[in-house]
Amino acid sequence: MTDLLAVEALRVEFPTDRGVARVLDGISVAMAPGEVVGLVGESGCGKTTLARAILGVLPFGGGFIRGGQIRFKGRDLLREDQRVLGEEVRGRAITFVPQDPWSSLSPLFTVGAQIMDLMKWKSPHRARSGRGRWPAVLSGYPRERRARDRQDVLDILSAVRIAEPARALERLPHEFSGGQRQRLMIAMALLPAPDLLIADEPTTALDVTIQAQILRLLRGLAKERGVSVLFTTHDLGVAREICDRIVVMYAGQVVESAPTDAFFERPAHPYTRRLLDSVPRSDGEIRDIPGEVPSLISPPAGCRFHPRCDYATVECSAGRAPEGVRGADHSVRCHHPLGAI
Amino acid sequence: MTSEAPLLELVDLTRHFPTRNAFGRRTGWLRAVDGVSLSVWPRETVGLVGESGCGKSTLGKTAIGIYAPTAGEIWFLGREIGRLPARERRKVAREVQYVYQDPGASLDPRWKIGRSLHEPLQIHTALSRSGRDTEVRAMLQAVGLPDAHLDLYPHELSGGQQRRVGLARILTLRPRLIILDEPTSGLDVSVQASVLKLFRRLQEAFALTYLLISHDLGVVRAMCQRVAVMYLGKLVEVGESARLFAAPRHPYTQSLLAAVPSLTGPRSTRMLSLEGEPPNPRDIPSGCRFRTRCPLAQDVCAAAEPALRAVDGQLVACHLA
Repeated sequence: MTDLLAVEALRVEFPTDRGVARVLDGISVAMAPGEVVGLVGESGCGKTTLARAILGVLPFGGGFIRGGQIRFKGRDLLREDQRVLGEEVRGRAITFVPQDPWSSLSPLFTVGAQIMDLMKWKSPHRARSGRGRWPAVLSGYPRERRARDRQDVLDILSAVRIAEPARALERLPHEFSGGQRQRLMIAMALLPAPDLLIADEPTTALDVTIQAQILRLLRGLAKERGVSVLFTTHDLGVAREICDRIVVMYAGQVVESAPTDAFFERPAHPYTRRLLDSVPRSDGEIRDIPGEVPSLISPPAGCRFHPRCDYATVECSAGRAPEGVRGADHSVRCHHPLGAI
Repeated sequence: MTSEAPLLELVDLTRHFPTRNAFGRRTGWLRAVDGVSLSVWPRETVGLVGESGCGKSTLGKTAIGIYAPTAGEIWFLGREIGRLPARERRKVAREVQYVYQDPGASLDPRWKIGRSLHEPLQIHTALSRSGRDTEVRAMLQAVGLPDAHLDLYPHELSGGQQRRVGLARILTLRPRLIILDEPTSGLDVSVQASVLKLFRRLQEAFALTYLLISHDLGVVRAMCQRVAVMYLGKLVEVGESARLFAAPRHPYTQSLLAAVPSLTGPRSTRMLSLEGEPPNPRDIPSGCRFRTRCPLAQDVCAAAEPALRAVDGQLVACHLA
């Protein structure tokens, strides 16, 4: 199967007062069509930066792409014309569900107005996406397409289980709870009929009961519509619930990638093992990872985890291990992987 | 544990907030805490769990006097603190401390860590400068930070270190009861693990008692001997942690536990989970508060509000348990 998305050797740097932070250092991730991939790692490991780099929305003047490729459906997103990307890819073929559903809707306009605004430009019924010749306020919204789009919106609102969709469109964002707003965000991300949906920690702000509902909904809709999902999270339990495959990042590098079941049964990288162990267990045992996450400005040489690793030897500080493959789809970058390769 | 007197005892504690319209006229009451009775014994860790908006934090804050209770009694070490003279209350205030979600935020950004750590001792004790200094250094060591940090500003520390300083600041007063309000929310699992280990070490070293408020059931299960489950201002189940997690009796506790993603076993969210969201606390359902979402609800649930009663050593507020 050809990959839907292939990130290859991507490097992103952020200049800071104290030096250049290499936030993504040779990241490679591939996604098959319809696959739900979890991007797992601690804060500051580069999950969100990777998501933003794929969308092409790195902070202006902040992040600079220094190398690598992002191939999406056979085109290189880094070398494509920005105008074309804005029309055909960003917000249309690739959409985004943010972490914080509170700040993503304007408090001044009804939910319906905001969703129809989106559909005016990004509807799958629209022949050509993006801005037309006229400024936004002057360009028309053909009545026929508007009616079709509105029907799509009502359908998707019932699919994400918003009660009374037609009335919901007339309401203002503050009348919805956090869980309902996250449902609205998922609906809006699915409306342009994307191939890839990037969800950046979409359930961190929610209660466990609501989180369970949202995870089930997101996975169900993605599988039903054949949409790939790139799901970033720091919660391994959440990743296990929703993902087909899990990619672990540490300090700007990918350390392990495996199908979900294999990942939890036989983790191969010592960092992954320690991460799994630091989840509080039912018998009350708590094990932390000694040491601190390294600075991205002057990261340790070789394997970036070696100063905190129990298995580290001289070769770990000398250079990074090549990619080791175990089984069909399980790769790990470690000189001393756990279990036999 | 039961041979001793409880350290903190809440009897029918109630805290209502008035809801007002745009003209400041009272339109009703928000019953944030609505008759909660709970005892905490010395040196134990009690967990308080529930969804956001259920009144967990209001209960914690009312219990230590940050909010004045609308009704009910708070007993600390056998004395009702509502009736204590002001001087005595200050002493109690020193022995009961509240740790906010982000203790780092309570550090003054323009003060060096040392000065922030001295402040509580200046207010509450008559120690000399050098006496305070030894105390402060001892505490900094206890939370696992080097002395050199005394001369740093808060922004020079990481989030985890700021949390440790916040804790040290509270510990210099030698409190007996610490209320931890969501102490690990927003932390990565590995940092969370080291913070939880620190809580345990400090509990042993200083004979502390914790009331741990959290929505993270994994954390509560690992840390607490007893757990109280709260729903819309009331406790619905109280019991020994091991037993409550193994065999929850209240349907709400059951569905709460079922929603937690785990690293082993069946995937909880792919099966049935609790539908809907908690009702508005301004408009609490009649009878059992949970009946609108309860899979087992019957007529009796709408008619009468169930009281907490003992079932197999656990306290459960359910007609059907």
